[in-house]
Amino acid sequence: MPTHAYVPHAPGYVDNDGPKLITKRFPLEDSYTLERYEATGGYSGLRSALDRKPSEVHSEVRDATLLGRGGAGFPAGIKWGFLPPGKYPYYLVVNGDESEPGTYKDRLLMERDPHQVIEGCLITCYALGLAQCFLYVRGEMALAQERLSQALNDAYAAGYIGRNILGTDFSVDITLSWGAGAYIVGEETALIESLEGNRGRPRLKPPFFPAAIGLYGQPTIVNNIETMSNLPWIMNNGAEQFKAYGSETSPGTRLFAVSGHVKRPGVYEVEHGVTTFRDLFYGDNFCQGIREGHELKMFVPGGGSAPWFFPEQLDLPLEARPVGAAGSMLPSGAIVVMDETTDAVKAALRLVRFYARESCGKCTPCREGTTWEERILQRIVDGHGRPSDIELLLDVADNISPGPYPVAAHPDAGLDAIPFPPKQTTICPLGPSSVAPITSTIRRFRDEYEAKITKSDLIPVSAAPVEVES
Amino acid sequence: MSRFTPDNEAIAREIISRYPLPKSALIPLMHLAQEQDGWVTEDAMRHIAELTGTTPAEVRGTGTFYEMFKFHPVGKYVINICSNIACQLLGAENLLEHAEKKLGVKVGGTTADGLFTLEDVECIAACTEAPALQVNYRYRLRVTVEDFDQLIDDIRNGNARDIPEHGTLSLVRQSIPADRMAGIVPPEQAGEVPVWMSRNDAGEQN
Repeated sequence: MPTHAYVPHAPGYVDNDGPKLITKRFPLEDSYTLERYEATGGYSGLRSALDRKPSEVHSEVRDATLLGRGGAGFPAGIKWGFLPPGKYPYYLVVNGDESEPGTYKDRLLMERDPHQVIEGCLITCYALGLAQCFLYVRGEMALAQERLSQALNDAYAAGYIGRNILGTDFSVDITLSWGAGAYIVGEETALIESLEGNRGRPRLKPPFFPAAIGLYGQPTIVNNIETMSNLPWIMNNGAEQFKAYGSETSPGTRLFAVSGHVKRPGVYEVEHGVTTFRDLFYGDNFCQGIREGHELKMFVPGGGSAPWFFPEQLDLPLEARPVGAAGSMLPSGAIVVMDETTDAVKAALRLVRFYARESCGKCTPCREGTTWEERILQRIVDGHGRPSDIELLLDVADNISPGPYPVAAHPDAGLDAIPFPPKQTTICPLGPSSVAPITSTIRRFRDEYEAKITKSDLIPVSAAPVEVES
Repeated sequence: MSRFTPDNEAIAREIISRYPLPKSALIPLMHLAQEQDGWVTEDAMRHIAELTGTTPAEVRGTGTFYEMFKFHPVGKYVINICSNIACQLLGAENLLEHAEKKLGVKVGGTTADGLFTLEDVECIAACTEAPALQVNYRYRLRVTVEDFDQLIDDIRNGNARDIPEHGTLSLVRQSIPADRMAGIVPPEQAGEVPVWMSRNDAGEQN
């Protein structure tokens, strides 16, 4: 019988009997204190790193094939290798600006185990010769800021951060920085802009790949909170042990937040690449099924920006490559499950509205396009849709992301999957992300759109108010 | 409604000292101003510009991008109800509608007594605990309409002590003792190889 329980002081986290590489302290009430961290093996990964050459630490991480846990899923050890030799100073920016709809794991890692994050940052700075680390935490996460501030103060006092760390020649500062409410700042170049004190608007890549031209124009490594949280374990146990978990191409574990219409929503530490969506939704160790008396209609497999999946995709493993081939993506570990009571058009509207609100305004196709997508969807939902609106929506979407957009297969209609990623006419993927809910739902539930639109035919045109979001 | 107090100015200088370039402190300093006054005033923006060697226009230019910064007075308690997808699926719209009625204001409005401002916000990273809200960025999870009424009563009666007044985020500040600081490396200090990297060249480890 699997053991599992909600942890009252870590709401959302579900403690089950799976492997725990990064959440093992979550069930402890005082997991965030230095005392508890040290008593449970904390900072031994740093000590182990300091006993080796920096290049050996780098090799260990590269050998572990630790895939970035932020979004792109790029191997951290390879990314670290992109720093141009000798162009010091290098900086480390740690991305804790978690805001993707459906996503939360970094918040728990920061709140429940801030020293683990800090230790990961120190290992990275040591391995790569970084001059300073900036921990950028989402503004709305007051408790995470509080826990990290306290942890940093304690770790400085104990000699883990700052000048001559643990009596060695290794010295580095960690500066806690925090945002002020802007989803786009989660994009790495926008985050760098924000750290420089600017409006958080993405930079064009190339040339602004952070490893080449990043913070203050210097080579910069940008990694996610969860990526950092894995490093102490890898230093303590080695790359080979790490690869014993998960699949060959995606080793280790990942945190997945499953929300929506399941019996037991929660944040789960899951073996990467070997667990399927079906395991996660129906497994006794995980969500235990769709809520009573209902059935699965669709789900968002990887945060608000991911094209949607349907019951046919349930047996895919939680791994980037097969999910990408099936027409979606898995980056942020956020899964939103919807049962048959969900209005597909309304759900799509809510996500599109998010992108319209959060567009930074730099690229015209996104700034204008997301706004029009929202307006058209709003009028369809309000019962004032026009027969041409479905095609109009797809046309606007095509201006942001031209050509076939990634979408799941629809076997009943004889339609194949279109693999990830989409094309884009914009600098960053925010605009193209707004297209995902639209194409996913139109392909699958065109009838729901048409039902809403034909109802509007009953209203005389002259009497139909034009709905504009103020 | 003012410039930083002497105490806060000292904190501001300490924050600036942790960045290679002072402009990087704009966002933390606007948070500090908001903590002091509840919103970001004109005078505060001027003071921030002086401290960071920028112009008040640059400060405002950065600040207006970020929705947590308020450039006009708001309620002492800002209630952010998440209506994004996971919360929407589990009743956020009802909750929002109920909140409007309970408080007698529309989304974006502030109650006449200046106590509450109501906002309809994007995902606040509590999706499994939907519907979720924050009051001055402190979470309330799986909120029913009854819970909401109780919350409002508690705040009105002074029984929500875990919630600081609007503007205060972290109750703990980072503070680095001068003798522990490794030292900021400005970007123009090019070519300096960090000392421990010479270990890579050493034939043997120490």
